[in-house]
Amino acid sequence: MRHLLGIEEMSRAEIERVLETSEAMLEISQREIKRVPTLRGRTVINVFLEASTRTRVSFEIAAKRLSADAINVSRSGSSLSKAETLADMARNLAAMSADVLVVRDSTAGVPHMLAERVRVPVVNAGDGCHEHPTQALLDAFTLRQSLGSLENRVIAIVGDISHSRVARSDIHCFTKLGAEVRVAGPPTMMPAGIEALGVKPCFSLEQALAGADVIVMLRIQQERLDGALFPSIREYARTFGLTQRTLGLAKPDAIVLHPGPINRGVEIASDVADAEPSRILDQVTNGVAVRMAVLYLLTGGAN
Amino acid sequence: MSHSDLNSSVPPHADPAEQAEATGGRVVLDAQGIQRATTRIAHEILERNPSAEELCLVAIVRGGQPVTDLVAAQLAQLVGRPVPAGALDITLYRDDVVARGVRPMPRPTRMPFSVEGKRVVLLDDVMFTGRTVRAAMDAVLDFGRPAAIQVAVLVDRGHRELPIKVDFVGKNIPTSRAERVVLRARPDGELEVAVV
Repeated sequence: MRHLLGIEEMSRAEIERVLETSEAMLEISQREIKRVPTLRGRTVINVFLEASTRTRVSFEIAAKRLSADAINVSRSGSSLSKAETLADMARNLAAMSADVLVVRDSTAGVPHMLAERVRVPVVNAGDGCHEHPTQALLDAFTLRQSLGSLENRVIAIVGDISHSRVARSDIHCFTKLGAEVRVAGPPTMMPAGIEALGVKPCFSLEQALAGADVIVMLRIQQERLDGALFPSIREYARTFGLTQRTLGLAKPDAIVLHPGPINRGVEIASDVADAEPSRILDQVTNGVAVRMAVLYLLTGGAN
Repeated sequence: MSHSDLNSSVPPHADPAEQAEATGGRVVLDAQGIQRATTRIAHEILERNPSAEELCLVAIVRGGQPVTDLVAAQLAQLVGRPVPAGALDITLYRDDVVARGVRPMPRPTRMPFSVEGKRVVLLDDVMFTGRTVRAAMDAVLDFGRPAAIQVAVLVDRGHRELPIKVDFVGKNIPTSRAERVVLRARPDGELEVAVV
């Protein structure tokens, strides 16, 4: 693996290598001294040009637990506000001997563009509505903790499928690992031709959840909704929100994931988010381990 | 006792070199020899560490696991109760991983006890350059400050590259640098050490 730009480009073997490596990384976070010397003297630069708490902190912690130096760049206060191009900024960061660039941007394809222009491994930490590969990897890791394997498991992804980079990465990841994936949302949030990705579109929550092993609830991204795609938040919550009642349609021991941040009472009811079937905080814990694995594998060079 | 951990180190699509390691070569220690060696190591460990309460065993995975299982079984008999045992993966501490960037698969470490103030015995199958033990000591020290760290190996093949000594050794075997020394499970499940 040279870069981590998207799950779409990864083979099943590459995905499994990251997941297996993450097992060892998870144990490090459970120690009293949460640090190993592996990336001593390496520099990881997190270029986050779009708001983020979880992912930015997660990458920063991951780098530090491997003894790398982590530096964060955000849009405000960066030279981008002096009209420097993104590619020039990346070249300058690479010229300071960065070993990895972690990039988040609101435009799809930015990490790919940078990967072509710098000789440094690039990790996509979310690009617009395209992909968020480390989220999918940590989702798969979290599911494997409970289910062992995703082979033939039924996974329902519910919400704004059109605008969700998590949905896209999850779909690629889960189908490559052998799961049966359903997607559901209001018709205005379902991209045409989604079947081409090997998933089954459902137009009601009930249809999507019937007999599901796993439910992935997506956040309603109010910042990406320029036009009104549904009449009101309340109506969305009523038709596509996960509540104790709708959770009952899935398998009795079904697991609930959410990439965060959650909108309580919109896509997920509080009593579901905080209850037993929810693995939302495990996802956050596992995110650090998965990102440690990604940084470890990408800094290897030749392989 | 299970040797599955060892067997899994030889994947079904092993390359010719790994195939040779799985079957070929000259056997220098058979199952009986291994049993005798680990029994003696267990006695010597107790002699050096009379207070068994402070004792804990740490396998350096994966080769050290079967050695640790055998020594732990002996010690349990001698002491009359199980001695705490953990397993350490040192991949993330290897100097070649830190410096050159090869990327072997790390395995989870299990340290289900505190090493603070304990007498820690590190166990491995083969002592060679000493770099593995150096890495293992760094890893143990990340878990606390033990009273002492000692090293037990089934085979010492020489060629040290670091000033590291062995406290308990099953058998000294002179080797050339190019040879490989492997602890492996035979098809019938018996353990043996071979020079390949």
